[in-house]
Amino acid sequence: MSDSYTSYLPAKAPEPNVETQPFWDATAQGRIDLAVCDDCGFIPWYPRLMCPDCQSTSMTWTTMAGTGTVYSYSVTRAGVGRAWKEHLPFVLAYVQLDEGPIMMTNVVACDPDEVEVGMAVTAVFDDTGEGTAIIRFTPTQRDSNE
Amino acid sequence: MSVRRVAHIAGVYEHPLREIPDKTVAQIHAQVAVGALADAGLTIADVDAYYSAGDAPGFGALSMADYLGLDCHHLNDTETGGSSYLLHVQQAAQAIAAGHIDVALITLAGKPRTGGAGPGGSARFGSAPEAGFENQFGMGVISGYAMAATRHMYEYGTTSAQLAEIKVAASTHAQHNPNAFLKDVVTVDQVLESRMISDPLHLLDACVVTDGGGALVVVSDAVAKRLDRHTIPVLGTGFGFKGMNSGRVDLTHTGARISGPAAFEEAGVTPSDIDYASIYDSFTITVLVTLEDLGFCEKGKGGEFVLDGALQAPYGRLPFNTDGGGLCNNHPANRGGMTKVIEAVRQLRGEAHAEVQVPDCEIALAHGTGGSMATRMGSATLILGRD
Repeated sequence: MSDSYTSYLPAKAPEPNVETQPFWDATAQGRIDLAVCDDCGFIPWYPRLMCPDCQSTSMTWTTMAGTGTVYSYSVTRAGVGRAWKEHLPFVLAYVQLDEGPIMMTNVVACDPDEVEVGMAVTAVFDDTGEGTAIIRFTPTQRDSNE
Repeated sequence: MSVRRVAHIAGVYEHPLREIPDKTVAQIHAQVAVGALADAGLTIADVDAYYSAGDAPGFGALSMADYLGLDCHHLNDTETGGSSYLLHVQQAAQAIAAGHIDVALITLAGKPRTGGAGPGGSARFGSAPEAGFENQFGMGVISGYAMAATRHMYEYGTTSAQLAEIKVAASTHAQHNPNAFLKDVVTVDQVLESRMISDPLHLLDACVVTDGGGALVVVSDAVAKRLDRHTIPVLGTGFGFKGMNSGRVDLTHTGARISGPAAFEEAGVTPSDIDYASIYDSFTITVLVTLEDLGFCEKGKGGEFVLDGALQAPYGRLPFNTDGGGLCNNHPANRGGMTKVIEAVRQLRGEAHAEVQVPDCEIALAHGTGGSMATRMGSATLILGRD
C-alpha cells in the first residue's frame, strides 16, 4: 500500500493491547486492518472484538483500501500543547474510509487551507519507531491525464 | 415513573470569584455547599444525599462527603462532564420520588485558571478504550467543536457571523453582571476579527476559563412546603447519551435530541412555552446545535434562529444565558452545567439582574452538554417552573 512516511507531526507510540495488537501490527506494514463482523458485516471504528451491532465475537481482521473522503476538519492555529505548537497550523480531521467507518486523523502534506469536506484522501503511515505507525491522510493524487 | 413536580430546587449558590488562588478545590466545594444550603434555609445537618462529579477531588463523593462532614445515606458520583449537575437533579428527583431522600446537595468546584487541570475524571482518560485512536492527532477541546462547526456549515450553510450573534447576545447580558469574567459588550465584527484558534472558531467563539464553583439543593415536596424560600419545582427531566456510534460519526446532532423531548414530555410543555433558556455554551456552535436539537427551530435553521437579537433578554424570542453564560460570565472547572441551572432559578424567582429579568418568567429550560460534541457526550435537560 504505502511506503514508510514522515509527516513531521508528532507520532507518539500507542500502547497496543490484546484487543488491538493486530491493528497496530498492520499499521507498521502500511495497512489499515479492521475487525469485520463475520455475522453482520459491520466494521466498527475504533476496532474492537465484539460487534457493537450484533454482539458477535466472531470478527476477522481485514485490510481496508486505505482511501476515503474528508467528513469534517479544522485547521488548528493555536490552543494546543507544547508537542504540537511548533507544527501549527495543522489539520485535524475525520475521514470516512471507503468501507464506511469514520476515523479521527490528520490531513498532511498539503496546504491546510486547501482541505475541504468531501476531499478524496489516501492513507499514509507515520512510523512511531516502536513497531507501530500513526494513520494520517494526504489528498489523493489525481492522474495528470484526467 | 414521571418525576414531574416531585422535587424542588430550594437553594442555589454561584461562587462570586473567577480566580481563587488561595483556596483548595475542596474548600471551594465547601463554600458553595454552605452557600446553597443557606439560600434554601437549610444546613449541612439536613443533607441526606450528596452528588458530585469528576471535578470532586480524590475519591469523589466519598472524599467530599467526608470533608464536608455529611451524615447522609445516599451518594452519587455520576460523571458526564459539564452536564453532570443537571443529570444529578434528575437523579435526585428520582430518589425523592422513590422516598429514599429528602434533601440532596449537589456541588461543583475547580480551579482551571489558577490551579492547573482538575483533579478528577480526566485521570482515567489514558486507559480509555478509545485513547490510542484519538490522542494521536492533536485534538484540543476547541478543535473538536470546530470540526462540528465545519460540518454544520457544510450541511446547512451556517456562517461564522451567525455563530458570532450568540456571543454578542451573551455579552449584552454579561455587562450587567458585576461578577462576570468578561463584561464588555462585543459586536459581530469583533468576534469575527478575534484570533482564529481552530477554523472556523475564533477566540471569542469560546467560553472563558475560570476558577469557581456552584451548588444546588434539591428537596422533596414536604421539605419545600416548610421552607420560607421561593422553591422552584422540577417539571421535566431528560438525559441523552450520544457517542460515535462505532464509526458512524454524526457531528451535527447532540444528545439534546434525546434529552429535550423527554424533558418536554415529562413537563407537559413544548418549546414555545419556554420563557427563558439556559443553554450550554462551551462554544457558540454548542448553543446553535443545541437550540435545533431541543426543537426551538428546525434542524439546520439555528443560524437563522439566532439573528435579530433572538437570544437577547428581556424581549428576544428566546432570552438565553442572562448571566453572560460560559461565553462571558463563568465556566467554573471547565464545566458549565451548574451555572445553567442557577441562572434559570434566578429567572424563575425574579432575581436575575433587572436589565435582563424576563417579565413573567414562568417556565425555564436549562441544558447541559458534557464530554465533547466531536466524540461522546452526555446531554441533560431540565424544565423548571414556578409555584
